[in-house]
Amino acid sequence: MTFLGMPAGSGDLGGEQSFPSAAHDALGNATLRANLRRATSTIRAKRAAVVDELPDWQQLRAAGAAIKDDVLAHLDTYLLQFESAVTERGGTVHWARDAAEANAIVLSLVQATGAREVVKVKSMATQEIGLNEALAAAGIDAVETDLAELIVQLGHDKPSHILVPAIHRNRSQIRDIFAREMPGVDPSLTDEPAALAEAARRHLRAKFLSARVAISGANAGVASTGTLAVVESEGNGRMCLTLPRTLITVMGIEKLVPTWRDLEVFLQLLPRSSTGERMNPYTSMWTGATEGQDFHVVLLDNGRTATLADPRGRSALRCIRCSACLNVCPVYERVGGHAYGSVYPGPIGAVLSPQLTGVDHNKTLPFASTLCGACYDVCPVAIDIPSMLVHLRSRVANAKGATPERAAMAAAAWTMRSPARWRRTLRLLRFGRLVRRARRLPPPLSAWTSSRDLPTPPTQTFRDWWTHDGRGR
Amino acid sequence: MFEPELVTLRAASTVGGDMRIALFATCLVDGLYPDVGRATVQVLERLGHEVAFPMQQTCCGQMHVNTGYPREAVPLVRGFVDAFAGFDAVVAPSGSCVGSIRHQHADVASQAGDTALAEAAGEAASRTYELSQLLVDVLGVTDVGAWFPHRVTYHPTCHSLRMLHVGDRPLRLLRAVRGLDLVDLPAADSCCGFGGTFAIKNSEVSGAMLADKVTNVLTTGASICSAGDSSCLMHIGGGLSRAGAPARTLHLAEILASTEFSPWVAP
Repeated sequence: MTFLGMPAGSGDLGGEQSFPSAAHDALGNATLRANLRRATSTIRAKRAAVVDELPDWQQLRAAGAAIKDDVLAHLDTYLLQFESAVTERGGTVHWARDAAEANAIVLSLVQATGAREVVKVKSMATQEIGLNEALAAAGIDAVETDLAELIVQLGHDKPSHILVPAIHRNRSQIRDIFAREMPGVDPSLTDEPAALAEAARRHLRAKFLSARVAISGANAGVASTGTLAVVESEGNGRMCLTLPRTLITVMGIEKLVPTWRDLEVFLQLLPRSSTGERMNPYTSMWTGATEGQDFHVVLLDNGRTATLADPRGRSALRCIRCSACLNVCPVYERVGGHAYGSVYPGPIGAVLSPQLTGVDHNKTLPFASTLCGACYDVCPVAIDIPSMLVHLRSRVANAKGATPERAAMAAAAWTMRSPARWRRTLRLLRFGRLVRRARRLPPPLSAWTSSRDLPTPPTQTFRDWWTHDGRGR
Repeated sequence: MFEPELVTLRAASTVGGDMRIALFATCLVDGLYPDVGRATVQVLERLGHEVAFPMQQTCCGQMHVNTGYPREAVPLVRGFVDAFAGFDAVVAPSGSCVGSIRHQHADVASQAGDTALAEAAGEAASRTYELSQLLVDVLGVTDVGAWFPHRVTYHPTCHSLRMLHVGDRPLRLLRAVRGLDLVDLPAADSCCGFGGTFAIKNSEVSGAMLADKVTNVLTTGASICSAGDSSCLMHIGGGLSRAGAPARTLHLAEILASTEFSPWVAP
């Protein structure tokens, strides 16, 4: 299935390496695995506690899914409504088909101000389009002001989690990064969390006060009023959104909700699912250009329309970037975010990234799951990620065309569609007794015997036992 | 052999007494774990039910669907529907295969444009049960008269837990087994890492998940790790065997089939 005419997404949505190969590298890193295990199990427990205390969680979840589905079904109407509301309130709306267009728009807006440095609120959309790199290429420094994003940026690293981008780092690693990369930092800095936070605060305060341009993402945009919302924990977002003269917001087109009232649902679903808090510390909302600010919003497609075109894949666009699915995923817990090669890692990344780029560019991600279903259970907008992974696997298989795997599957189906052929084939299994306890078998069975023994086949199949014991009735 | 306990059990198990029950053995049990199929039949017969095994059955097609080949699974869906037409209940000793039958079969048929098959598949799925569901929900029993004097820990398996929502049904069945010492498995609801072709395509991640599962099984001190799915058990068992561990795997059905008169013996 291809969606001709829909622009494919570009930017930071896929890696050079296949998932199994990137996972191999990650599995070799014992510190990474320990960091991930500690962090994910902590967040998992916090989320479970605050979700369990809500008697109407399932109804909230259903409401979240229904609101998002309504937005997706009438996206054209809501987008135009949003555009006219923002324009009426003095803001300027820009439309970007893909990462390159979005970056070019933001760059020209920043260049028009003459600023050489911009401050940023943590934003997945700008990570997705690789905005910082695009600005750097034009000589403009983008300063991340979220603590974890700052750690990633100072460490010349990439985020490995949607909510906790530095989840792969522990505090002693963070101390080393600050000591090495933060100008004027106290050389006796310890790895106490309070000391690390204080160092970041001092570093960032100067940036907030001098910045003339801020760039943000948005957690939601209200179509009826043109209001944008950012939720955060550190107050850095509030500083960025209010201090600089020029504010540029980059938002995916699927982030809209129809009315203010609909925000109520997401402001309950999001903090409980993401940080395990009942309410996030800072919720900033603004409508158009406030108090003489120069305000621009860039509406980003980057593969979203193509995703919307697939009825079996489109509910991935319900995602509110809470990352609950990452925290419960047993695969993510073992390999971390970098192995997925995209700014969207974990289960949601495995269904979102290949849809945004087209499956040709992310062939291994839909297979990066055991289909255990833990992601679906925790998803606050009830995205059936396992079923979607299965669907995307068939899109990958179709895109690949004739392969040895397809031939093997067809042969197995041919054997299994005939009980007589199946019976004869099953009987061949007993020759497997000759190689029992084999610890090293040739490919593809070597993938199994690398860490597990094979079962010893029985002397008789079940159906032969049934017949020979005179039960065949 | 005179088995006094059976008299009471048969009397108690009047629910579904006249049901026509068919066993869907699953391809894995048919070919590699026939003891699990025999045990399933023994438990049901002991409870006073006749069990049929339609010879036309082969495989549910889950491997095809989950690897990305739903069209190849269509004849297997049709084969399942045909093989089990006319039975009141179909039982399979596998949460995963029943999950596929319940949640994928009708969809596979509709995707292929076969609405008649989709309807038939939906109807067949509505009377197909995983073993613990059939025993507890349909037949209304938790004490099946079993005796199993071993320390056991239970891995709930992802598809039983999150697709079929069997909840604590298997544990209720195990708690009623005389002589059995049931110990909690740490991080029980964590996937063992099997995932069908995942174990081949992403064998290293699968192996890392398995290593944690094996460690958790060993901390319980149980000699048996049980589950309701032979595929997960093949994976965990392969890991325990490779580690030279003093524990082995055994399907829930095999524990429930064991009695004082006909106890399970390690091969």
